[in-house]
Amino acid sequence: MASQKTQEIPVIWIQGAACTGCSVSVLNSVSPTIKNVLVDEVIPGKHVNLRFQATVMAGAGDLVIEALEETWQTKKGGYVLVVEGAIPTRGDAASYCSLGEDKQGKPVSFASRVESLGRDALAVIALGTCAAFGGIPAAKPNPSQCVSVMQLFQSKGVSTPLINIPGCPPHPDWFVGTVASVLIGGLPKAGDLDELNRPKAFYGQLIHENCPRRAYYDEQKFAKKLSDPGCLYELGCKGPVTHADCATRTWNNGVNWCVQCGGLCIGCASEGFPDLVSPMYEKTPDEVLPNIGQKVVQ
Amino acid sequence: MGKIVIDPITRIEGHLKVEAVVDGGEVKEARSSGTLFRGFEIILRGRDPRDAQRITQRICGVCPTSHSTAATLCLDSAFGLGGSIPDNGRLMRNLILGAAHIADHILHFYHLTALDYVDVTKVAKYEGNDPALKSVKEFIERGELGPFVPRYEGDYRFPAEVDQELVKHYLEALRMRRKAQEMCAIFGGKMPHNMAIVPGGVTEVPTVDKIASFLWRLNELRDFIDNVYLADVVAAAEVYSDYFGIGVGCKHLLSYGSYELDGKEPDLTKRKRLLKQGAVGPDLKLQPLDAGSIAEQVKHSWYEESTSGRKPLDSDTVPNENKGGAYSWVKSPRYNGEVYEVGPLARVMATYLAGDENVKAIVDPALAKFKAGPEVMFSTLGRHLARAVSCKVIADTMPAWLLELKPGEPVYQEYEIPDESTGMGLVDAARGALGHWIEVKDKRIANYQCVVPSTWNMSPRDDKGQPGPLEQAITGTKVKDEQNPFEIVRIVRSFDPCLACAVHVITPKGRTLGEYRVA
Repeated sequence: MASQKTQEIPVIWIQGAACTGCSVSVLNSVSPTIKNVLVDEVIPGKHVNLRFQATVMAGAGDLVIEALEETWQTKKGGYVLVVEGAIPTRGDAASYCSLGEDKQGKPVSFASRVESLGRDALAVIALGTCAAFGGIPAAKPNPSQCVSVMQLFQSKGVSTPLINIPGCPPHPDWFVGTVASVLIGGLPKAGDLDELNRPKAFYGQLIHENCPRRAYYDEQKFAKKLSDPGCLYELGCKGPVTHADCATRTWNNGVNWCVQCGGLCIGCASEGFPDLVSPMYEKTPDEVLPNIGQKVVQ
Repeated sequence: MGKIVIDPITRIEGHLKVEAVVDGGEVKEARSSGTLFRGFEIILRGRDPRDAQRITQRICGVCPTSHSTAATLCLDSAFGLGGSIPDNGRLMRNLILGAAHIADHILHFYHLTALDYVDVTKVAKYEGNDPALKSVKEFIERGELGPFVPRYEGDYRFPAEVDQELVKHYLEALRMRRKAQEMCAIFGGKMPHNMAIVPGGVTEVPTVDKIASFLWRLNELRDFIDNVYLADVVAAAEVYSDYFGIGVGCKHLLSYGSYELDGKEPDLTKRKRLLKQGAVGPDLKLQPLDAGSIAEQVKHSWYEESTSGRKPLDSDTVPNENKGGAYSWVKSPRYNGEVYEVGPLARVMATYLAGDENVKAIVDPALAKFKAGPEVMFSTLGRHLARAVSCKVIADTMPAWLLELKPGEPVYQEYEIPDESTGMGLVDAARGALGHWIEVKDKRIANYQCVVPSTWNMSPRDDKGQPGPLEQAITGTKVKDEQNPFEIVRIVRSFDPCLACAVHVITPKGRTLGEYRVA
């Protein structure tokens, strides 16, 4: 039964230069299900109170912008901000991405929303490669001059704790697991995050280190064309340079993942996605590989 | 006279603002604009053509599979592969796309649309023992109702017990759409943004365990579609039957068709497809699709006038934000110079008018229930019904495709990237006609253009001053309560807008305010 003691954790989730793929991926969460996240106490005694999320929320227009601003003003230091998408900064910024309007009916730039909401948040989660690193909107020639949350915070002097959950899209477990760890244990402690503010629990190892096709690599058995068995490295797989646990976690309730389906890893969780992992179907030069490229079989 | 401004429109993909000028309770003029620019076509220039496959999926995380399909058909044609995709590859592409469309249609009806009609708070009075509804009741009792409140208030018409049942279906649909995404991943690698669909075929190979795993998720979904989704659409149509007359729109429909039934025909406009391609007018006659009749106009968009009327491959984007008379960064795609609506309504009507027995067997009894003819399909409810029909036809066809798969046979055809080439990929995405065009020079992308469903549907006035499909559908609508403009959001959402796709640039201009503003 509902208890008086349920702690409500307000969450504001805003979307900028995004494709909504991060939201759709989180909807695919299996345990907990997205219903558990929205309705139930996702951790005993604690309920995620999703105050603003444009893909699912009932209201529209000024009604929801008022809810957003009310949460910002009344829950300072107490809400979690989730940012999905990169942040356009070109021109007056509002031209390229706005979120609602002010009382005078002037569009409010997404950049100023991230800055003001970010400054007063308990913690900020940059969800997906666009929010964490800029991603595709920031790819050359970066037509809307997109930046990541980290870049925006640095330029505006915002020091709120920031957790990056890259991936295009991110695995739902990476997001839900991060939220759960904050609800259970509080903000990340020293050593929980890597130098790019990613939880080591999910991004601590390279795809290549745990890849089920790794044995083929070690034996130098390379696929000659897509759909072949064998290691996909020579067809362009970026598993050797990509930090994420897809190989052991697998995707969509464990049914498959990129390398298993023969589609290779395009490095979508990487800081340099997509420019530094392109062309996607060309072999990564050996010299950029970390030491794990050293042959086991001589 | 006043103006209703709704910014942001929620429960859609992307960033959309709608303005409606209202006089005497009736919309006299409507304008829609997007509020995000990323510039995918600019980002694609100079890249390896194969990367278009992966990058264009990221235009939209709700319909990435459709973009990957359009991009693949486009690259197939540019690489000279049209007509030579192995059957396994063609079938697995159909299965991945079909699963994505099922996920998308269920998501749209329950999670993006239903809250305009269903009152979640009525679960507070629930007295039964269903665990899901009891947990929603507890949620309501805790008193923090986000994201279901705030909302427009007033026009929720279902009795409490029907509302409660629909809330249960809303929750069940969350699980069902996830299962459909798992089906995509079984052959596609992962969702969103599959990895298996590539020019030449697919990378995944069919095995009996994958086929069985796909089939039994599909069986569960077919049960849901037949007994819950379709039934709920009909139940909503009974209680909100006035919406058969609201949001009529332009009465011209364009479909590119979906799901290749024949892998050997090189010309994809002539390829036999499950859901048919073609153009439909108010006379309800189906005309063959002519891809050469597609062009984009810019008289009321902030682009140089000289670029107006060009076909996609000749298209150029020369912004001019000071152009007089312009009010949108969305261009106006037109077919033979006329306004056309795209979407499930278009492809279902094209297939119905082509005489397809499977579609007629679903549509005719539904219409008979309302003592109406096919002309009522031009409406808010018609779009929802067509979406459910599209979903059922796809789901009912997929078991046969699964059994046609031949484990051990090829899934992929090798190719060389030509030095110079052009390509076109047309397919009906969940939201309607989606076209990708490419020009390859020196094995690199020289030009890439996407004309996407929501560009058709959300387009502004064209060179002849004809408003776009959404604008036409809203204009003339009677708004009962301007503080709670249910009619407008219900019409907008019936189109299932996908603005990340449609909007390439957004206005840098200020906007004129009406006499008052509401939510």
